[in-house]
Amino acid sequence: MKYLSNIGAYFLMIKEMFNKPTKWSVMKTLILKDIDDLIINSIGIVSFISFFVGGVITIQTALNISNPLIPKYLVGFATRQSVILEFAPTFISVIMAGKVGSFITSSIGTMRVTEQIDALEVMGINSINYLVFPKLVALMLYPFVISVAIFLGIIGGMAACVVGGFSSIDDYILGIQTDFIPFHITYAFIKTFVFAFLLATIPSFFGYYMKGGALEVGKASTTSFVWTSVVIILLNYILTQMLLS
Amino acid sequence: MIQVTDIKKSFGETNVLKGISTTFDKGKTNLIIGQSGSGKTVFLKCLLGLMNPDSGTIAYNNNTYTTLNIDQKRELRSKMGMVFQGSALFDSMTILENVMFPLRMFTKLSTKEMEAKADVVLKRVNLNDAHYKFPSEASGGMQKRVAIARAIVNNPKYLFCDEPNSGLDPKTAIVIDTLINEITNEFNITTVINTHDMNSVMEIGEKILFLKDGHKAWEGTKKNIFKTDNSDVTDFVYSSKLFKKVRKMYIND
Repeated sequence: MKYLSNIGAYFLMIKEMFNKPTKWSVMKTLILKDIDDLIINSIGIVSFISFFVGGVITIQTALNISNPLIPKYLVGFATRQSVILEFAPTFISVIMAGKVGSFITSSIGTMRVTEQIDALEVMGINSINYLVFPKLVALMLYPFVISVAIFLGIIGGMAACVVGGFSSIDDYILGIQTDFIPFHITYAFIKTFVFAFLLATIPSFFGYYMKGGALEVGKASTTSFVWTSVVIILLNYILTQMLLS
Repeated sequence: MIQVTDIKKSFGETNVLKGISTTFDKGKTNLIIGQSGSGKTVFLKCLLGLMNPDSGTIAYNNNTYTTLNIDQKRELRSKMGMVFQGSALFDSMTILENVMFPLRMFTKLSTKEMEAKADVVLKRVNLNDAHYKFPSEASGGMQKRVAIARAIVNNPKYLFCDEPNSGLDPKTAIVIDTLINEITNEFNITTVINTHDMNSVMEIGEKILFLKDGHKAWEGTKKNIFKTDNSDVTDFVYSSKLFKKVRKMYIND
């Protein structure tokens, strides 16, 4: 019953997010601040992880190909497919659920604990629109982060391939060009937009409706990370089934 | 004027408010007092519309608040100012930005005009050189004064304060009380204060509402609180030896 009630409250929150919008001059500032907090500040960690995980994918693929009949360019092909289809959109989103999600939950949760949300409501402001909507708009730039992750994942793979001597740079480049299906990029970005929506709204829900004090803010951040990850993984399965099968 | 008629509020099996009726007059400082758990905060939250009473009505100038929809409530709330117990200042904004916030949200003033208005109000609460500090850099007393400045900057018709003196030293507490009282008279607004502080009761209580176990146990002014023989009130207000002596002296005089 509690889960159903929470799901209902989540959808009511989303509906309320579009009611009585905040003045554009104020909203603009909030959106720019959230772009900085959620997008710009994530690029560093995403770049670092993408580059090295791309390298690891390449090394593991190369080490598992022992058959001399399998062409060397397959390392580049496998890296590209793994990075575009799964690693960048899904794996990075789970990491972002930890980084961005816990930031959103703890910042909104702290505002709840310190009565700042009540202060907004008492002033006659739609606090859900004021707090959640700018995060949703900012995270619509999330595909940019994923583009960086895709690019650096493939570059990381190439670096590992060349440094480790698993194949030549020409073979790797041939591999990443082989049997390229443009729809896979579309598929990756459709997933990215859906995950961006989840990353903005689920952590906000857990922050906005939390009760208690500082300890509960920490607990809400953990719960928000768990549920955002679970929903991302579930929707990843459903979207893959719908779009690729 | 705020008219409250027979409001009741329960949480599960616990009846927190058991039918309270009263009137808060315009231009007066109204105090709600009572022990912890007597229902003061719930009562204040019902007045603000942060909680809905289970039954009864709250009317602002004969406009029944409890029957308004959420948008109408927000419209009415834009005419309210609230000073929270923990000040509830926005951490990410400077003191000046905090005070300018209601103006930014509800007026079409230019930034310069907003700054000028916020500056006047900050000076009114005796904060002359804290404009660019963040709330975390301000003392408890300063934060309370900023919260008052933010509450009054958009000329509210109603001012609510939840324990404005909690955590303050006696001298600063008197400064805050005097400030709220002066602002109430100056702007002719309806002020409702939730407090435990008996100094406030004696200093600024133009009307006092005493709550006990969710009931209205007594209602009066700071003058007749000395003379009352209501044992609930005397046990609470004169619980300290000092206040007992003060009362004796007052009655003997």
